[in-house]
Amino acid sequence: MENYSIKISNVSKSYGDVSAIKNISFNVKKTEIFGLIGPDGAGKSTLIRILTTLLLPKTGNINLENLDIVKDFKKIRHIIGYMPGKFSLYQDLTVEENLNFFATVFGTTIKENYELIKDIYSQIEPFKNRKAGDLSGGMKQKLALSCALIHKPKVLFLDEPTTGVDAVSRKEFWEMLKKLQKKGITILVSTPYMDEASLCDRVALIQNGEIMSIDTPENITNQFNKTLYSIKTENKYQLLQDLKNYKNQNSVNAFGQFIHYTDKLEKLKIDDIKDYLKEKKHTNIEVKIIKANIEDCFIELMRE
Amino acid sequence: MTNTSIISAKNLSKKFGNFTANDNLNFEVYEGEIFGFLGANGAGKTTAIKILCGLSKPSSGKIKVAGFDVYKQTEDIKKNIGYMSQKFSLYEDLTVKENIRFYASIYGMKKKEIKAKTDELLNKLNFAHAKDKKIKDIPLGWKQKLAFSTAVFHNPKIVFLDEPTGGVDPVTRREFWNLIYETANKGITVFVTTHYMDEAEYCDRVSIMDAGKIVALDTPINLMKKYNSKNMDEVFLKIAR
Repeated sequence: MENYSIKISNVSKSYGDVSAIKNISFNVKKTEIFGLIGPDGAGKSTLIRILTTLLLPKTGNINLENLDIVKDFKKIRHIIGYMPGKFSLYQDLTVEENLNFFATVFGTTIKENYELIKDIYSQIEPFKNRKAGDLSGGMKQKLALSCALIHKPKVLFLDEPTTGVDAVSRKEFWEMLKKLQKKGITILVSTPYMDEASLCDRVALIQNGEIMSIDTPENITNQFNKTLYSIKTENKYQLLQDLKNYKNQNSVNAFGQFIHYTDKLEKLKIDDIKDYLKEKKHTNIEVKIIKANIEDCFIELMRE
Repeated sequence: MTNTSIISAKNLSKKFGNFTANDNLNFEVYEGEIFGFLGANGAGKTTAIKILCGLSKPSSGKIKVAGFDVYKQTEDIKKNIGYMSQKFSLYEDLTVKENIRFYASIYGMKKKEIKAKTDELLNKLNFAHAKDKKIKDIPLGWKQKLAFSTAVFHNPKIVFLDEPTGGVDPVTRREFWNLIYETANKGITVFVTTHYMDEAEYCDRVSIMDAGKIVALDTPINLMKKYNSKNMDEVFLKIAR
């Protein structure tokens, strides 16, 4: 049991008539990167606000580093770092003033924990006299992460740190998280980008306040129990329509330049699909069987 | 998609003081085309979009949108385009129907026409039962589909979509792209920005901006070949850094 950093059992939360989280239970292991993967409105932020002691759960128990989320909230606040989805630093303080402020609030100094934030903070240090409000999106994100880390937390909560961030900056951000993990920090991160699931040790796929699946990304994709075809022809829009009208179609979803297809019958052969598409006058037909990714699994779980 | 140019930018530049946000951009967008406008945060996309929508004037260059000049005919441009962004599109405290009527009236549509088209649209989206619900009470996925439909309700020549699918679930995201395809098939040009690189592959052509310049412009297939990449994500990572 000592292996767990966070233990969540039967947690629910409602806002008026709307139940944001429905009886969720799971554990987060020490020093793992745990991903909450789901769209807006799934309940990710509510859960993170409960875990960071900012909201009280309606039901259930949560234990964080052997402390009770309700009774020991003051102690918990000292050992967690939190980066909210919305930029929440002081816009009219400089970069350095913000960092200093958070260090002081937690009874420490920039110097004392500089080693932990060095990789991240050194990238914005040349601008340390600039007001936080005048930073670019990527720099704001780095400052927010530095401030969340300045008191050397045991557990770090990141609420959609990469939303609206371009593909290059997203990649850099995940590299930073991997480094923090190596320093012994447990990380719980939420994201609407399905492709980021593969960067986590374990993930929970969450939709409408419920967890649809929870496991390593590898195990989740292995559980996809249908043969998945990846199909491409010259005319993508027409292909989408034609596959939707194919006699035993189970699912048809666009994935970039390809269309992912599953059939109700397991006996379907690649040549059957090719013949059908030839009949429909498609050219440059490509059909292959592929392994499902997290997004395939998420879509399939949403249908159930 | 036709070969008729609907947006034409020649040597488009925009400077803020010493900072060059758009550095000599050259591109054409064709009628009925789905044109992906990609780039890292801060690359200059928003600046360019504001100019193309008639909201900001370029420092130099010759730019025409829907046949109108971006220096002198900005009001004509606004009448002929639609716009939707992830952040703001619909009024939260107006109902579904009121939002549609509001936007349609702004674009000068007649009462009768608005009424007929509203019913048609609500049926198509399966929203008829929710027509009197306030926007703040409907799920995000619906909002985004409705916001898009409202942006093309007055049948503009071009619709600008600024990160329309951020945070939307994977099923709704695909339904949203079906709406985009339908719209383009009707001849409306779609000019779209996104951070989802699989969506870049749904575009007819994409441009990639970096530090104020367009550094690549071609079909997704050609870009993948040129940069020896298996998808647009790889292309983007190779180009934008």
